[in-house]
Amino acid sequence: MARCAGRSLGALSIGLSALVAACGADRHPQTTLDPASDIARDIAGLQAMIFWWILGVLVVVTAVLVYVLFRFRHRPGAPPPRRIHGNNTLEILWTLGPAVIVALILVPTVRTIFRSYQEAPEGAVRVEAIGHQWWWEFRYPDLGVVTANQIHVPVGRPVHLSLSSADVLHNFWAPRLAGKRYTYPRLPGPGGERKNFNVLLFTVEEPGAYSGQCAEFCGTSHAHMRFRVVAMGERAFDDWVADMGGGGPPAAEEDPGGIEPEDDGASATAQDTVARIPSDARVEQGRALFAARPCVACHAVQGVSQGALGPSLTRFGDRWSIGAGALANTQENLEAWIEDPGAIKPEAKMPGTRVAGGGMPPTNLTDEEVAAIAAYLLSLK
Amino acid sequence: MSEHAAQIDRHYTTTGIDSRKLGFWVLIGSESLFFGSLIATYMVYRGQSTVGPFPHGPDGLLDIPLTSVSTFVLLMSSLAMVLALHAVQVSNRRGALIWLLATALLGAGFLGFQAYEFTHFWHEGLTLDRNLFGASFFILTGFHGAHVAVGVVWLLILMTEAWRHRLPASRALSVEIAGLYWHFVDVVWIVIFTLIYLIE
Amino acid sequence: MATIEASVPSGAHASSHPKTGLWSWITTVDHKRVGILYGATALFFLLVGGLEALLMRIQLSKPENDFLSPDLYNQLFTMHGTTMVFLVGMPMAVAFFNYIVPLQIGARDVAFPRLNALSYWVFLFGGLFMNASFLFGAAPNNGWFGYAPLTGTAYSPGLNMDFWGLGLQILGVASIMGGVNFITTIINMRAPGMTYFRMPVFTHLALVTSFLIVTALPVLAVALFYLTFDRFWGTQFYVTAAGGNPYLWQHLFWIFGHPEVYILILPAFGIISDVIPTFSRKPLFGYALIVFSGILIGFIGWGVWAHHMFSTGLGPIADAFFSVSTFIIAIPTGVKIFNWLATMWGGSIRFEVPMLFAAGTIAMFLMGGVTGILLGSPPVDLQVGDTYFVVAHFHYVLFGGLVLGIFSGFYYWWPKFFGYKLGHGLGLLNFWLFIIGMNMTFMPMHFVGLLGMPRRVFTYPAELNLATYNLVETVGGFITALAVLVFLLNVLRSRGGERAGPNPWGGFSLEWATTSPPAEYNFSAIPIVRSREPLWDAEEGILAVTTGEPPEPIHLPNPSFWPLLTAACITATFALFMTNLWWPPLVGFALTLLMAINWAFEPTGH
Repeated sequence: MARCAGRSLGALSIGLSALVAACGADRHPQTTLDPASDIARDIAGLQAMIFWWILGVLVVVTAVLVYVLFRFRHRPGAPPPRRIHGNNTLEILWTLGPAVIVALILVPTVRTIFRSYQEAPEGAVRVEAIGHQWWWEFRYPDLGVVTANQIHVPVGRPVHLSLSSADVLHNFWAPRLAGKRYTYPRLPGPGGERKNFNVLLFTVEEPGAYSGQCAEFCGTSHAHMRFRVVAMGERAFDDWVADMGGGGPPAAEEDPGGIEPEDDGASATAQDTVARIPSDARVEQGRALFAARPCVACHAVQGVSQGALGPSLTRFGDRWSIGAGALANTQENLEAWIEDPGAIKPEAKMPGTRVAGGGMPPTNLTDEEVAAIAAYLLSLK
Repeated sequence: MSEHAAQIDRHYTTTGIDSRKLGFWVLIGSESLFFGSLIATYMVYRGQSTVGPFPHGPDGLLDIPLTSVSTFVLLMSSLAMVLALHAVQVSNRRGALIWLLATALLGAGFLGFQAYEFTHFWHEGLTLDRNLFGASFFILTGFHGAHVAVGVVWLLILMTEAWRHRLPASRALSVEIAGLYWHFVDVVWIVIFTLIYLIE
Repeated sequence: MATIEASVPSGAHASSHPKTGLWSWITTVDHKRVGILYGATALFFLLVGGLEALLMRIQLSKPENDFLSPDLYNQLFTMHGTTMVFLVGMPMAVAFFNYIVPLQIGARDVAFPRLNALSYWVFLFGGLFMNASFLFGAAPNNGWFGYAPLTGTAYSPGLNMDFWGLGLQILGVASIMGGVNFITTIINMRAPGMTYFRMPVFTHLALVTSFLIVTALPVLAVALFYLTFDRFWGTQFYVTAAGGNPYLWQHLFWIFGHPEVYILILPAFGIISDVIPTFSRKPLFGYALIVFSGILIGFIGWGVWAHHMFSTGLGPIADAFFSVSTFIIAIPTGVKIFNWLATMWGGSIRFEVPMLFAAGTIAMFLMGGVTGILLGSPPVDLQVGDTYFVVAHFHYVLFGGLVLGIFSGFYYWWPKFFGYKLGHGLGLLNFWLFIIGMNMTFMPMHFVGLLGMPRRVFTYPAELNLATYNLVETVGGFITALAVLVFLLNVLRSRGGERAGPNPWGGFSLEWATTSPPAEYNFSAIPIVRSREPLWDAEEGILAVTTGEPPEPIHLPNPSFWPLLTAACITATFALFMTNLWWPPLVGFALTLLMAINWAFEPTGH
């Protein structure tokens, strides 16, 4: 009996370690079991601690259930069971038992709750994450950078994400980095806008690309509201900021839903770095088309346009995907997207070449023009 | 008949309380949560309207003296209700008629005040879709007013019954239950009046 | 006045009104018939909700699947949740309350038989109204939780959420009326000697559930009125541009929503608290503790709602408070499980199908319970909340706890309902297919959630490497569906089987002290209750009183068509909002009042 139990425990632990190995981030990019930041590690530790408790409870109670079912099964000829109505001592004991267990779980839980609400330390990178149906806008108020669906952060420095929404409720979830919190729309009040944004604070441990997505149902294309967090060394991060046209003094007070206003003095130099003139003729044609066509009404490219309704396309060539996870970022896919976004991502608020969308008429771009624009956007690296 | 059979008649209840009365108390409990949620919403949205008109302040819409009068009218209707029930219980048909009518009229009077208040607010620009104050105020007091209106209809029906000699003392319970309802609606108003009108 | 004369043999069912035919069902006010109507309707909706689940599982069986359009998928998951909670879980419990509670307390009917029929018709019409949305291609599509502001006209301009808000409002009316009825019945209609501490636990938990229904549903009603007024009359309760706060909906919804969870699970606890003692041949161990823990769950159930909102950023104090209350509620729940085990301990357990389902309920609910502890910890919730882990958790609670419990009740009380037992062999097959199917479906969901798949997504990328898990879940879903078909087959095959006596399982409570199925008046004479297990103590004596010919005329309520008409008017009142005019709902309301007045003056036989 004891040996049998020992053997099954051994098998269990082997099974579990195999399982944990199988849950690594290389296989499952959105796993919660392979944390890569301080707070995610805290949460994973708490999760594991509670997991062992509940596994213990599950195994013990199930074992008792199975034992009882076999041991006390009806046997022909057995005397009728004694009619016991209860036993106070026992009942008090098994009321206290769960109480003790939950108390033991509660202490580290409360400690971690407070850690999950920590204030941002000095020197934290401040990022505003704004949920839209169905994409993410990321703004760096101290750095004058705006981007979409892909957020770049330095390794080893706390990142302070303040979350809000431009429309409905969303939920920012980067499993390996930060857990999740809802994004709420900004609320006007009698004394001006009330800002009680939710915050996520985390410090990434290793460089890499971390996958995440919206975790609260937010409408038709909720499943395609994904993002990447790209963690890089301090120097690489500074380069990235410069490439994005940032690094100057903080942008002016943000204007809800809009891009940061052009900051004439400071971003003149930035423009030079960003809008590097591409050599390829098709790219050049695409650049001209992009600037001349309705694209710019919604999309910003640092130094080229200031559209505010859609995601910023600055350094689009660096993005991991098109349409917040709808497609891989390739020339072919991008052409398909520009032709008919709604076919790829239903109710995406962007018109196609032949179909209206988002309240706008078709763009009427030819296939050639589409290819040129796609080439141009992909050249923005 | 064995020792296990109970001698019970068809009016038997375990507690001795009539089931209709007990059921009505349960319903009142349910209604309390309903009005509780409406009132809580009003309190949460107090001061959150982005545009006027506002309830209090220099241009505040709420007219406390006027509503004090209508509150008094509604309170008096509760008194009349008590007298009506008593009259039915002691088989005083004339008293029952008078006091049931009085209760209904006082209730209708309260509704008149409310109608005046609503139209006045409407002319001042406070509509359902104007701001959070308008929405939470009209929905809360509107649902209360609807309850009063149902009560008035109920009382008038009871009065007709009394008129047609169909409300003997043995049916006093029907009046008692109407009274329970009426007093409940009254108490809800006291809470509304205190929280919405009196507290700035 | 419907009277059954003592001289008429009870088996002949003679009385002044017909006992068969459509009209007799439409006008019935007999709690047993209303119970069967409730059960049959809920079973139908179980098939509908199950079909919706299967369609979703097909869509998710592989990554980037295009079997369903995103919008259709969103409609299906919304309707699956709404259907299973409001059209299956609650009415199925009410079906059992209807049939069993009056029998268990030794009553001839519920306190308000016509109100009972009205509840049923309103529930039926509400369910049909909600599902009629499919005919318009506009089924609700914002999730069963309907978070504002997505539900507002700005983001959901179609008819979808109109159907949802109004449909739930109609169903809420039915539930509240049912709750009032059962509270009154249980408090006021108990047979002499049936003290609170002699009531079967099923009836006790029916009482707790009913209290939760009458207190929780009004809160939902208010939240839904705001939504409806926002959508139809331009109020701005949830319009953020005007300062309307999305937290308002979340709080109101979950203040209703968490008691709702206990509304769903407590009846199943009640069923197995009756089944386990019967098949262990031992009284319930620690009766008082089980009853008090049930009441305690009812109370604390009101103080845990914000654990559905741990990732909404309520602040550390609120998170800690709701975490503590959530953990505390685990204690009475655990106590129940220990007491069930202790009941079996030392017993003589017969593995009849109801007992298997009861044991399965304990095992599967336990799984859902322990993952609930994990979810009760707010930091952990930041990771696993809103993922498939939560889906796994509540399906172990609601499928493992509620559905298995309900099926335990089906197999246990079927002979009481229809006079014959369901087949044992098919019952076993039904049980094991359920256990295998549900574990294949829901066990992998734990991992899928931990590995990063959120809920309510119509598709997932291949790079998450979750295809295998999802395929297993889909296969499991079909096995579960097969189990339901086996049950239906069992129902068909068992028809007209061997007649069951009054007490085929050797049960202890009063529903077994009458014929199977019971006569319309339930008991020839009302027995005096002298213990908690009257049938184990004095079966012969009680049966002598309760069966056979009634010693005196029995007054029964007349059948009535007012419940049906009133239900139609109540439904119309809400449905007429769809006209976008202010007066049609008022006309509907006036008609409802008129019906109520007519109703009040109808001679009832009471």
